[in-house]
Amino acid sequence: MPNLSRIHAIAQKEVFHILRDSRTLVIIILMPLLQLIIFGYAMNMELGQVPLVVQDNALNGASRALIDAFIHTDYFQVVPLAAKQLEPKSIFRTRKAQATLSIPKDFGNSETAVYLEIDASDPNSAQLIQNYATGIVGSFRGSVAAGIDLRPLILYNPDMKSSFFFVPGLIAMILVMICALLTSISISREKEMGSMEQILVSPVSASEILLGKVLPYILLGLLDALLILGVGMLLFQVPFRGEFVVFLLFTFLYVLTSLCLGLLVSTVAKTQQAAMMMALGITLLPTLLLSGYMFPISSMPPVLQKLTLVIPARYYLQIIRGIMLKGNGVQHLFQAGLSLVIMSAVMLLVAARRFKLRLS
Amino acid sequence: MIHTRDLVKEFGSFRAVDNINLDIAKGEIFGFLGANGAGKTTTIRMLCGLLLPSSGSITVDGLDIAKHSEGVKHKIGYMSQKFSLYPDLKAIENLEFYAGIYQVPFKKALANIRDVMDQFGLTDILSSSTGALPMGYKQRLSLVAALVHDPPLVFLDEPTSGVDPQARREFWQVINDLAQTGKSVIVSTHFMDEAEYCHRVIVMQDGREVVLGKPAELKDQHQAGSMQELFLRVLGENNAKSV
Repeated sequence: MPNLSRIHAIAQKEVFHILRDSRTLVIIILMPLLQLIIFGYAMNMELGQVPLVVQDNALNGASRALIDAFIHTDYFQVVPLAAKQLEPKSIFRTRKAQATLSIPKDFGNSETAVYLEIDASDPNSAQLIQNYATGIVGSFRGSVAAGIDLRPLILYNPDMKSSFFFVPGLIAMILVMICALLTSISISREKEMGSMEQILVSPVSASEILLGKVLPYILLGLLDALLILGVGMLLFQVPFRGEFVVFLLFTFLYVLTSLCLGLLVSTVAKTQQAAMMMALGITLLPTLLLSGYMFPISSMPPVLQKLTLVIPARYYLQIIRGIMLKGNGVQHLFQAGLSLVIMSAVMLLVAARRFKLRLS
Repeated sequence: MIHTRDLVKEFGSFRAVDNINLDIAKGEIFGFLGANGAGKTTTIRMLCGLLLPSSGSITVDGLDIAKHSEGVKHKIGYMSQKFSLYPDLKAIENLEFYAGIYQVPFKKALANIRDVMDQFGLTDILSSSTGALPMGYKQRLSLVAALVHDPPLVFLDEPTSGVDPQARREFWQVINDLAQTGKSVIVSTHFMDEAEYCHRVIVMQDGREVVLGKPAELKDQHQAGSMQELFLRVLGENNAKSV
């Protein structure tokens, strides 16, 4: 049975390390902020002010109304170009515009078609441009001439803002990365410095060492979560529709899972360097690619779908998106939370078993 | 206090410790002598439970180390060769930590180490940052940290390496006093003059015992004037035998 006073001694010492090591504080405070800001502004999935070249051959009321409809959105910006330059290929080649709109002579009278050419060297942007243009033209016409009139109702993120999508995702990614990094480094540092040897001579058990190491970082992880959440809401106007207590409870579970992952890493890595590489390797890319953050899990091949089951962020993403955007309560998140509890328990047990109370 | 029977440690095909039999009494200062790689540190690590022996047995105060690991650990104080207190902690915080993991109330721990701290002149530097202390003080603090739980058995692995002669003398005065209070002190060293302070020594080479006994008697047996001479002579004889 783990002894509380010994765990306390280890945890207290760990707090001293944290408070006195500026590197830890940098990892805890600066890293998440930098990531949030860089990702937040760079990973913008929306397009705005797409340079558009308009070739208006009709020059009548209808064509001007259509062009106005394009200009009045934030999506397009009309690039003035001399008539002789109006050859789409050279426009795209010189990157003067990403799309051209040509309106035929009889537009508004006998002609109803307009032509849009899009530079698809970046297919995602091209897709977005097409969607925007279709939307503009659709609303310009007022209603669809054919029988079907689709009226979509977009829930939770009606403006389809990408910040709603990446801020919760970033909380998931940054937390797992930092928590795994911190615990694995803190244990491998003691191995490297030789202080672990001094601890191993004492009657302390493996589980006491691991618990003493994890406890202070749970608090730090939660603080980090609040920091990212706060800054994310402030900078990117992300809503928080759920209950704060629910957020704390489930974030605690996720932090715990991430810390246990770090413990597991530390039982393999012998040096701080190795621990750092391993912790980053197993958290960064898998979280980015396999958690459902960037790419929907349902569109992955079955093998990868199975693999996502062991990615803690997969569960936390459901949780955090649920809480922030949908206002989910415990009853909606129970299963994902349970998965995190099971993962933590398994990793802690394996780490305690693997942790060697003797030198090799 | 501590007994070993046919103690062997193998790392792969390399025999680091080969059939060591020791009986160390209460209040005895027992020295491990030998060149680097002779097996001193490996033996000491097995004695304090950091390494499992490949074969053979160790009993500490009547307890088999393999069966009563936790009980034995309470009886052992260990100062490793490498300085391993936390440099970012204050001296007193380091002591508090070690008291904590041995479950000794800090007041009691301070009482346990008061005499040694006075002797070492450590009382004044307790609130200093450990990393900023001079080497000599770091070594003394390491020894004190190994004594917070008042262990009857103290292992010091090359405690005086990198310490000036004056400080080494002081160190040995403290070791002597610890033995006077009934603690068994097991010291490894490669300073031959220090061997004179030990009640008994074992000279090791290639993991094996070369000679074991009281310094004065060993010198007589081998007609050596000093421990240095004895050391070179017995190792020379041993080499000649094995050739």
